[in-house]
Amino acid sequence: MSYLPDRSQSPVKKPDGSLDFDLSSGKYLKLWQGPQHPGITGNMSVELTVCGDEVVEGRTHVGYLHRGFEKLMERRTFIQCFPIVCRICVPEPDFNEYCYAAAVEELAGIEVPERADWIRTLILEMGRINSYMMYLGGQAGAFGLGVVGQWTTYVRDLMLDRFEELTGGRIYHMFILPGGVRDELPEGFGARMEETLREMESTLRDVWDVMFNNAVFKKRAVGLGYIDPDWIEPYGVTGPTARAAGVPLDVRSNQPYLVYPKLDFEPVTGTGSDTFTRAEVRFRDVQMSIDLVRQILARMPGSGPVMAEIPNVLHWKIPRGETWIRGECSRGEYGYYLVTDGSGYPRRVNVRGPSYTHAMALLEKLIVNVNISDVAGLMVSLHTYPPEIER
Amino acid sequence: MSVRDVISPFTAWKNVFRETVSIKDPINSRPGAPRYRGFHQNDMEKCIGCGTCEVICQNAAIDMVPVDGQEARDGDSGLRPRIDYGRCCWCALCVDVCMTGSLTMSNEYQWVDSDPDVFRFIPGAEKKSWDDAELGYRRPDDHHIKPAARVSMGEMEPQVRIGNFDEIVDGYSIEQAVLEADRCVECGLCVATCPTHMAIPDYIRAVREGDYEQGLRLLYDSNPFSQTCGRVCTHKCETACAAAHDGDPIAIRWLKRHITDQVPIEKYTEIIGKPAEPTGRKVAVVGAGPAGLTAAYDLARKGHEVHVFEAQAGPGGMIRYGIPEYRLPYDVIDNEVGVIEAQGVKINYNCRVGTEITMAQLRDDHDAVLLTIGLHLGRSTRIPGSDHPMVMKAVDLLRDITEGKALEVPRTAVVIGGGNVAMDIARSIARLQQQKFGKVGMTVTALEDFDHFLADPEEVKESFEEGIEIIDARGPREIMLEKDGRVSGLKTWKVLSIFDEDGRFSPQYDDGDEWIHFGEMVIEAIGQMSDVSVLGEELTEALEWNRGRIRVDQAGRTSEPWLWSGGDCVNGPDVVHAVADGHRAAASIDAYIMAKQEEA
Repeated sequence: MSYLPDRSQSPVKKPDGSLDFDLSSGKYLKLWQGPQHPGITGNMSVELTVCGDEVVEGRTHVGYLHRGFEKLMERRTFIQCFPIVCRICVPEPDFNEYCYAAAVEELAGIEVPERADWIRTLILEMGRINSYMMYLGGQAGAFGLGVVGQWTTYVRDLMLDRFEELTGGRIYHMFILPGGVRDELPEGFGARMEETLREMESTLRDVWDVMFNNAVFKKRAVGLGYIDPDWIEPYGVTGPTARAAGVPLDVRSNQPYLVYPKLDFEPVTGTGSDTFTRAEVRFRDVQMSIDLVRQILARMPGSGPVMAEIPNVLHWKIPRGETWIRGECSRGEYGYYLVTDGSGYPRRVNVRGPSYTHAMALLEKLIVNVNISDVAGLMVSLHTYPPEIER
Repeated sequence: MSVRDVISPFTAWKNVFRETVSIKDPINSRPGAPRYRGFHQNDMEKCIGCGTCEVICQNAAIDMVPVDGQEARDGDSGLRPRIDYGRCCWCALCVDVCMTGSLTMSNEYQWVDSDPDVFRFIPGAEKKSWDDAELGYRRPDDHHIKPAARVSMGEMEPQVRIGNFDEIVDGYSIEQAVLEADRCVECGLCVATCPTHMAIPDYIRAVREGDYEQGLRLLYDSNPFSQTCGRVCTHKCETACAAAHDGDPIAIRWLKRHITDQVPIEKYTEIIGKPAEPTGRKVAVVGAGPAGLTAAYDLARKGHEVHVFEAQAGPGGMIRYGIPEYRLPYDVIDNEVGVIEAQGVKINYNCRVGTEITMAQLRDDHDAVLLTIGLHLGRSTRIPGSDHPMVMKAVDLLRDITEGKALEVPRTAVVIGGGNVAMDIARSIARLQQQKFGKVGMTVTALEDFDHFLADPEEVKESFEEGIEIIDARGPREIMLEKDGRVSGLKTWKVLSIFDEDGRFSPQYDDGDEWIHFGEMVIEAIGQMSDVSVLGEELTEALEWNRGRIRVDQAGRTSEPWLWSGGDCVNGPDVVHAVADGHRAAASIDAYIMAKQEEA
């Protein structure tokens, strides 16, 4: 009973790959989804050409959210970059803080205390859980399952409470800075975190029943947005999107950083490579992150410094050098390329957010022949955040 | 797809009777976390207006502004941060970098107002509901974004240094100096406190950047005695230093010395530059100490002909004849004076004014005269026996040691006094004792207790290390003599208080707590005065006086229009004050003689 479109009307491809269609023929319609649209993940837009209710071509457009962070950083001292990097990706800001701090530390030759690495890992996993909670709500919502978003927003809020007591901020934590982290865990943090994790697990059970064992969700998500494993490398696909295609790309295990070598985990993979599998992989990834948070709190050394001795930040100069720091965020591989020239300012900072490849090139490929009503669900399934596309 | 997939979603209904999780009244029932980065607080008394918060703010949200009731004073600019909440991003770097810990954040996060201007406010000065909030972000104790500890200075071990008069401290290496210079936050509070207003943050930056020639140029802009001040300055700047509120103050004195060490002495004059074209005006300076030579340097650079008259055989005045060589080597003074002479200053040694030449002659031969005669006479306790030949004045002994006179070194000696001069003479005699007898036998008795000691803590520490006994709160009562008339020691009583209720010097003793300190010699180091006999009777009569010192105006001019005075003889012992006096007097003299030239 699956949907069988009539493709006899579809435009043919010209030798250069573009489609040959005549808008004035009345057969085709231009339809903009975004930049202000509930079915778009943030401030970007997709210029759709539809034939009937089927997309024949989609062009992605960005530029609505350009704040010029990379350029701004070239005019700020190394410490002054610290409060602005988190803004590059709002829902999961901690990767920016970690990658930037690690890049500065490597070029400045600073060794971070071990306990700071544990706290950094903890924060990154907490951020991953939160990011996935937003995703699950968004993915369900894109197919009309509004209640899941309400539940995941609730448990995400509990995790934000933990962020607030640990870092002093709910959204922009600004806690991982070059040299270490700002402070120790607050008194009784472990017990309150355990409470939060239990509430989260209880909610996830409901999400599993309502979202993953749901005829509507399965009907719309299974088979939607199939990604061939062969496309993973040429399209620069990383993270859960690649893992759902059976390609076990996970920087945490492939090129371990922080304290991941001391933690027990296996990257979650799937085989279906469609919207449903990607959602399932992320669902299991949350469970793994919950387990990792427990492991971290249990295995973290009891005491020790959390901040290395760093030079006076007011006129901190870093010798000439360049480095590439990467980490596994909830969407895939996150990276910072930092070039220093011996002055007090970064010479060049380049931020690689996984959303760039996923939301632009890959989406354009996957969107062809998708029903208009599934465009939102497809886009969410790539888990993209426009703020990190436009640095 | 299964039957379960159809039924399972309906389990959502089990939540229908659940309590709502949203907070109805967050303003009252949901305070921010204990370390929440909420609205700013500033302890106005603790804040020193150093402006590091303004510098670090990447949003330019902070401006340092004057505030009613906050006056500028040593170590406090009088300015306070005003924060613009239209720009602030609550990153709390301002709190992290705050030198005093005065700037903090409350856990308050609700502030509603229809007037946008109120969101630019001065925390602490404008009353806010969160001013007294105890919760909120404070810089954690171990969280430093700049090094707090001073780079330690290498120095000779006590057992080695006690046997000679070699300089004790090593001076910083380039690596050490750069590390120490890195700690400076460039707030400039030190500049205001330094009597001669040296461009301290600028020359410290020159150290960081390895530009020593620029550093030297900056030093000589305000202080031609930088080598000396780099060793023995009383470094008031370091007490005003913002870094002292969160760790050790920057070693400003050592960094100054480091610059002078790094530039070869033969390049000094080339870097400083040549003096201006001759103006044809002549100035006489009496005394070749820091005040006189600073004025001479300034005046010579302006093109005036300067003649300095010095009673001693060498230059330096109090810094040569009052400060021991292990603190300030003589070749340093010679180098320093050489640079001044290279600007055209002529120094006549062994020329005592009042004997070889009179003040009246100087007045007649020059357009102006500057009197900088130091404090070369020691004061006496006038206790019984203090007129004994083996009861000496510290300042006389120090001068004898500098001149290399053969002294009768006592096996044991007692010093009366607790200031730096007492330490200087005790440590100098201790070195001579070590050289002659192989052991130290020095006792220092001070009127003050250790909590109110006058000598620098470093001096006290180093004296102890060198085996000198220091006994605090002892008042001298009598010189003890043997039957044959030789000095055998000093009798002291315990000091109960030094000043009376009106703050006047009136020591009270406990005569039940008597102590005899044995010594073949007793040395008085209780203060110095000027040898004003150089003035002659007529001038002494004509001048206005201020408690035994010549009265001068702010520019250093005396009541006689042709005569200026400055340095220790006017303002008491301190090298850097003397340098500042020299500058002031030179500026005033220059203005006076140039005006005279125009009149003529």
